[in-house]
Amino acid sequence: MNIRKLIAASACAMTIVAAQTPPPANPQNGRGARGGGRGPNFPQQTRPLAAPEVLARGKALYGVHCSACHGGDLRGGDQGGPNLLRSMLALGDQHGELIGPVILGSRQDKGMPAFNLLATDTTALAEYIHSVLALVGRQGSPPGGEGGANLKILVGNAEAGKAFFDGKCASCHSISGDLKGIATKFPEPRTLQNTWVSGGAGRGRGGRGGGEDPSAKPTTVTVTLGDGRKVEGRLVRIDDFDVSLIQSNGVRQTIAREGDAPKVEVHDPNAAHKALVPTLSDKDMHDVTAYLATNK
Amino acid sequence: MTPMKKVLLSISSLSLFLQGQAQNGLDPVDILKPLSDQWTTYSGDYSGKRYSALAQINQTTVKNLGLAWVTRVTAGTGPSGSAPGGGGGRGGGASAPIIVGGLGTGDLNTGGARFSGSILQVNGILYLSSPDNAWAVDARDGTILWHFYWKTRGGTHTGNRGLGMWHNNLYLETHDDMLVCLDATTGREKWHKEIASFDQQYFSSMAPIVVGNHVLVGTGNDLDAPGFLQSFDPETGDRQWIHYTVPMNAGDPGVDTWASLDAARHGGAQVWIPGSYDPETHLYIFGTGNPTPAYTTGRGEGDNLYTCALVAVNVDTGKMAWYYQTSPHDTHDWDSTETPILVDAPFHGAMRKLVLTATRNGYFFTLDRVSGEHLVTGKFGLVNNWASGLDSQGRPKRDPGKDATVPGSLVNGDVTNYPPPAYSPDTGFFYVPENNSLRISYLIDDDPRGSMGLGGTMGGGGLSFGSALIALDYKTGKVAWRHMLSGGSSGLLTTAGKLLFGGDGSGNVVAYDPASGKPIWHSRIGSVGNAPETYMLDGHQYLLAVGDDQLFAFVLH
Repeated sequence: MNIRKLIAASACAMTIVAAQTPPPANPQNGRGARGGGRGPNFPQQTRPLAAPEVLARGKALYGVHCSACHGGDLRGGDQGGPNLLRSMLALGDQHGELIGPVILGSRQDKGMPAFNLLATDTTALAEYIHSVLALVGRQGSPPGGEGGANLKILVGNAEAGKAFFDGKCASCHSISGDLKGIATKFPEPRTLQNTWVSGGAGRGRGGRGGGEDPSAKPTTVTVTLGDGRKVEGRLVRIDDFDVSLIQSNGVRQTIAREGDAPKVEVHDPNAAHKALVPTLSDKDMHDVTAYLATNK
Repeated sequence: MTPMKKVLLSISSLSLFLQGQAQNGLDPVDILKPLSDQWTTYSGDYSGKRYSALAQINQTTVKNLGLAWVTRVTAGTGPSGSAPGGGGGRGGGASAPIIVGGLGTGDLNTGGARFSGSILQVNGILYLSSPDNAWAVDARDGTILWHFYWKTRGGTHTGNRGLGMWHNNLYLETHDDMLVCLDATTGREKWHKEIASFDQQYFSSMAPIVVGNHVLVGTGNDLDAPGFLQSFDPETGDRQWIHYTVPMNAGDPGVDTWASLDAARHGGAQVWIPGSYDPETHLYIFGTGNPTPAYTTGRGEGDNLYTCALVAVNVDTGKMAWYYQTSPHDTHDWDSTETPILVDAPFHGAMRKLVLTATRNGYFFTLDRVSGEHLVTGKFGLVNNWASGLDSQGRPKRDPGKDATVPGSLVNGDVTNYPPPAYSPDTGFFYVPENNSLRISYLIDDDPRGSMGLGGTMGGGGLSFGSALIALDYKTGKVAWRHMLSGGSSGLLTTAGKLLFGGDGSGNVVAYDPASGKPIWHSRIGSVGNAPETYMLDGHQYLLAVGDDQLFAFVLH
């Protein structure tokens, strides 16, 4: 396949399927509860929480007795206490019947000290642990998984980024023209980087692909019929057997394909990005992002 | 077993077999036959080739392939089996009985069925499943005969991969971790057994694989839990053995490839797609899933055995015979669960017993399936950039620079996934869907303890370079041909009719020339689920394909 066809093929929204990725919550076709069970809807996330005063007591006890070893966030601590949010025992516990004996000393041979606590205290601790387990997110991500807000994304060299931009991007883009104020439009550095790398697509946070920008220029197609007549318009869909387009007068037309006939030329406005991005080093990418970030 | 018991048993299995002929039974011996008239297990036969001996539909006749019947399938307790434009039931018959089981509220998975598994065809009946649902359908006219609905308690509802069958028993895994045994004639539940802990956030979706008197069962989990394969008694549902895919005890082989025993015991390697079975060696060969935490530190610097590996287990004992890791120390969530394919084929001038696999990381492997000896590694994918070459064992060397980083790392996405590959002995090619994309992978949880599950990263800036159907040469690992598609290919089927069938990601089921990838025939039926299948009834070869929530059966006209 030639590069044009390849670009045409890539014009379609990308589909990347993560490991056992559950279906989306709101399927486009909206038939019934197809997205049901998107999770997290395991017992830890759906069970009723204990009364607030019990949880408050459990939290206070945890801070005093447990957090030094198991971490303030329950994900394990410097002193070797394991992560309780993935503990098979904690996950299997209902109301302290499994967790309680461990607190009281049943695992001293494995290094877990014995604590002399009342049954109401061990129950409160267990209920508190369950209340944090309830916050475990989709596909086992830790509570507060959309974090990272304090991480430094802008690590590139803006000057080097300008040099790269001038050499590779300036033939299509201008910092004082189409990209004027881009860092104001996209103040979040990840979004800024996602946007320029993908050429407007894949801007979104989260997810693996991200949707196409509705304001982006459409992909167009020119079909040269057997009699030499050309049909042009916005590409709707293309496969091995048909190409569908909407002409400038709004008329939708589907033309049958058989092998290379008729001749189909797809014009992808994002073709330059698709040619550039596979050659982009991470350093170049970070440098250009740093440069664009100065452009408020 | 005493000789007398053995005789009694064989008499009883003989009578069961004879009865089975009348009541839709399947003798497990029949699963040993190469794929032809029936479809008796996930891949059609144990080899995983998805190569049918049927040749009535071939390169010459395929132009006459047309619709025999179509049936829409509805999950949950709504009306079943309504034909397009018709209300309930077909041909004026009563609508199919709905048998309800389960321990939950049943408010999930209703509406149009979501098919991403295989369909069995035994004695003229199709047996199919979607999450929490199973159906029997007349293979000749598409009438739904019964519908079983499991009211789930929850769980991560990935696709269900299909049913297993042993005599008149069908086996369904549910996402709340039950193995449900159904009477194939009536759809009534015989028993259900918990196969993994729902509390521990396992979810179960694999198609059970019946081998003799073993029902092999796998499960999934995203929350840092150990993976395992289990074998159950087909009659009682009692567990025969469990094989953990990560080290579980101090001193277990492979434990030194982890930061600690605790890390190993939380290391993942889930078993969620069926493997293949070699009757000569009694080895069941399957792929394992990603390590956990998937993307971040927290597992040490070692290989993290036996995650992202091909593993061969003796079905009688559950003991591992060999392994080969296809993605050592994975940091990209690249499960190697794709169904491997067993072929006997020439290699360097001698016939070899081989196993072939193309994994999500964009690498293809040819191994000796008796010993696990590595023979060939190939690379596929147009923008596959995560590794920096191969190590001395032919395994891809991960480039740590392409791990998720705080400022972002530009890395390829999954190159293939669970949709089943196929192999044709006519061409010697291994066929697999290929996806080509780059994205920016950000680390958002830089906690030195490591993140959890599949958390800790964020993707963005995705660019697709198109999907393709490709043919790989098992002798060299090289791409023999690549046919670009505008959508991602479904799983595949090859036949002795010199045809390769697959969905093109644009709503077509397509017949290709397996020698070149040239499309020969197509029908636009909607999104093609899992992989097309074929079977023979009354002298007619059928092509069966899922389009969205409908089953389409084609025959020659």
